[in-house]
Amino acid sequence: MLRITGGKVYDPANGIDGVVKDICVSDGRVVTDTHAEGGRTIDARGLIVFPGGVDAHTHVAGAALNFARGLTPENMRRGHPFVHSRELRAGLGGVTPTTFATGYMYAGMGWTTVNEAAVPILSARHTHEELHDTPILDKSCLVLMANNEIVLDLLEAGEIERATHVVAWLIWAAKAYGVKAVNPGGVAAWKWGKDAKILSAPIEGYKTLTPATIIAGLAKIVDELRLPHPVHLHCNNLGIPGNVSTTLETLRILDGHRAHLAHLQFHAYGGDDWGSLRSEAAALAEYFNAHPNLTTDAGAMLFGETVTITADGPLEYMLHQLSGRKWGNVDVENETGCGIVPHAYKPNKLVNAVQWAVGLELLLLINDPWRVFLTTDHPNGACFWRYPEIIRLLMDVEFRKEQIKLLPEKAQKRIVLADVDRQYTLSEIAIISSAGPARALGLSQKGHLGVGADADIALYEERPESGILFEFPRYVIKGGDVVVEDGAVRNVRNGRQFVVRPAFDHQIEDYLRPLFQKVYTMSFDNYPVEVERLHQPDIKPCG
Amino acid sequence: MVTLTLKDQPNVPLEAEMLSPDVLVALSNDEIRALPVLLGKRRRRVDDFFSVEGAQSDDLEIRGDVAKVKWIGRGMTRGRITIAGNAGMHLGAHMTGGAIDVSGNASDWLGAEMSGGTIRVRGNAGGQVGAAYRGSQTGMTDGTILIDGTAGLEVGMRMKRGIIAVGGKVRDFAGLQMKGGTIVMREGAELRTGAWMMRGTIISLTPIPLLPTFSYASMYNPTFMRLYARHLATLGFAIPYEDRDGAYQRYAGDACVPGKGEILVWKPSASSDSSR
Repeated sequence: MLRITGGKVYDPANGIDGVVKDICVSDGRVVTDTHAEGGRTIDARGLIVFPGGVDAHTHVAGAALNFARGLTPENMRRGHPFVHSRELRAGLGGVTPTTFATGYMYAGMGWTTVNEAAVPILSARHTHEELHDTPILDKSCLVLMANNEIVLDLLEAGEIERATHVVAWLIWAAKAYGVKAVNPGGVAAWKWGKDAKILSAPIEGYKTLTPATIIAGLAKIVDELRLPHPVHLHCNNLGIPGNVSTTLETLRILDGHRAHLAHLQFHAYGGDDWGSLRSEAAALAEYFNAHPNLTTDAGAMLFGETVTITADGPLEYMLHQLSGRKWGNVDVENETGCGIVPHAYKPNKLVNAVQWAVGLELLLLINDPWRVFLTTDHPNGACFWRYPEIIRLLMDVEFRKEQIKLLPEKAQKRIVLADVDRQYTLSEIAIISSAGPARALGLSQKGHLGVGADADIALYEERPESGILFEFPRYVIKGGDVVVEDGAVRNVRNGRQFVVRPAFDHQIEDYLRPLFQKVYTMSFDNYPVEVERLHQPDIKPCG
Repeated sequence: MVTLTLKDQPNVPLEAEMLSPDVLVALSNDEIRALPVLLGKRRRRVDDFFSVEGAQSDDLEIRGDVAKVKWIGRGMTRGRITIAGNAGMHLGAHMTGGAIDVSGNASDWLGAEMSGGTIRVRGNAGGQVGAAYRGSQTGMTDGTILIDGTAGLEVGMRMKRGIIAVGGKVRDFAGLQMKGGTIVMREGAELRTGAWMMRGTIISLTPIPLLPTFSYASMYNPTFMRLYARHLATLGFAIPYEDRDGAYQRYAGDACVPGKGEILVWKPSASSDSSR
């Protein structure tokens, strides 16, 4: 039994907004107050009590991230070192923290659940091993499906039913939690040196298949399979001037199906070229506000040095050509690709200044905080450990306006941020950082502090000395264990892994097996990740 | 002057970045003796390996063969280190000022990513002199490195400013991906000199094999050479610049980047007998 007394509780999922109340924890869950004696009591007077943070879209494990770690030793050298101790494993912080450090750093900020958003099925096994070595956090991962050649061939042939079984089989083979679509068709086209920029045009290498068919098909399939999390969409034309038209067209193609739009900041630009780039966050937010079938995460960008990692191979090649920085490219057989380019976002660059504003504009102009989440698309827009900086910009309009004044004058004319006076309340911060993403991921025991919820709780100073909220929690409780206390990580245990098992016809293997033997380097029987391979699987039902 | 004398040769490399004037100037000899050094992964004290004598100063003398001691003078900003013997890897890496003088040989990564100060090696140096560490965009950004003997691979890799002057022969990839600054090689170099160089100047006083992506431009005596020669002469390193002695053949490249660097190869005049 653990009792947290006297803290101001923010639990928006249960309608609790800054009420002083006790929270009791037993067996890793929140329980009703039995007034039982014994156990530990945390005096939380002067502290605010939040459900542990949930990151709806991040990149913390897998082949691509590991490639980025290897490609940027200069970043690893600059990273904060974690020295081996009795409690902690050694590791490095920085822009692509090592596995153990990732767990310590997320927990050290009060975040306890993360969703790894881009896993090729071929490297799912590796990803699960890395996730296992990412301590404290509960994890889920999404598999890349919008450039999988087997799925694409079925969508081109109009065999939706068989495609549904294949998608379900692939999700279970990867032991994943949902479906990710990155630049639908664009990565397949990249294997021919092309991209898929027009949603209604046939994709290179296909006769009739268009990105629109893939988007509509996957959204339908994911809804059909009743996955807890809708299709997780990384739209075409990421980061390109004028791409807001592609994004809006994508949303119309969804035609009422559920969808989560990943890192929307990178998809909300107007203008015809880099010189005329401007923010179209307002137009996108307006469409978004009118369509409740959609959720999104901000993918906000902060100035500084980072490394960009995405399955969107053609985008990374473009970025490499623009910046001249080193470039890594991976071809993942018949499934997807991946590109890595280190990148520095600079406030004096027009494009970067607009990007910075767009992320914040989306967070402020989308009215319903339950549908827009706090992310930076770590590490693409900025590193996850910089979330407190974004929270400060959202909560303090005066500070925000001072920062806008530092941007180039030209950039200030391309954004609407200066006209937005909205300030986030603490309750709204709890929604965008925890309650909202938990709901969008369909994790009913996360993101709230009601009875039965997982006891993932973060306690912060209401008035920290540094003036920056959420930077250093006083206590973090994960699954009932106090994992952060007095500024130190302790009591480290491994978290769970959320997996879904959608229904599929087992005869689909008769269809897949010969295809596999023909086109894959790996044998069919070695392809699926065995459920025993997962260390603490938590299999969620569909429907 | 503080004098450290090696009394016990470490069996594996010793990491000793605290052996720098910036750290030692504020400490008494007893405090210096107690400083931590890393022997492999184990923590040891300076006096496990060195005897410490002399008076508190930013002038440091290290005696003995410290070829296995790494990171001496790392990030130093002032003062002087004199090494009577050989020095280990990463000597003077990241230094911004002060002077280092080695009587014997130095190892790899000498003055890597340094941004100021002077390093002089009387013997030979290893590879990656004044270079960028793996992944970094730029190597040395200022300062001077003088090597009387030979040097290894990738000398001045990605350097941006400053001078590296080598008396003996240099191995492959001198000035690899160079972005600026000057490399002077009295005895020339082996293969692929200036590969991927963007800018900067490589001067060779001996004919060298050139990459096909360097094209011949002209033969002349650049005006700046007079200035460089005078500066290097004060450091005891002579280079020719007089028309009567000969001229430099200028090769531009590396065209495959494409870069605007130059390699200047000294050609003594037929009448001249002073090719050096």
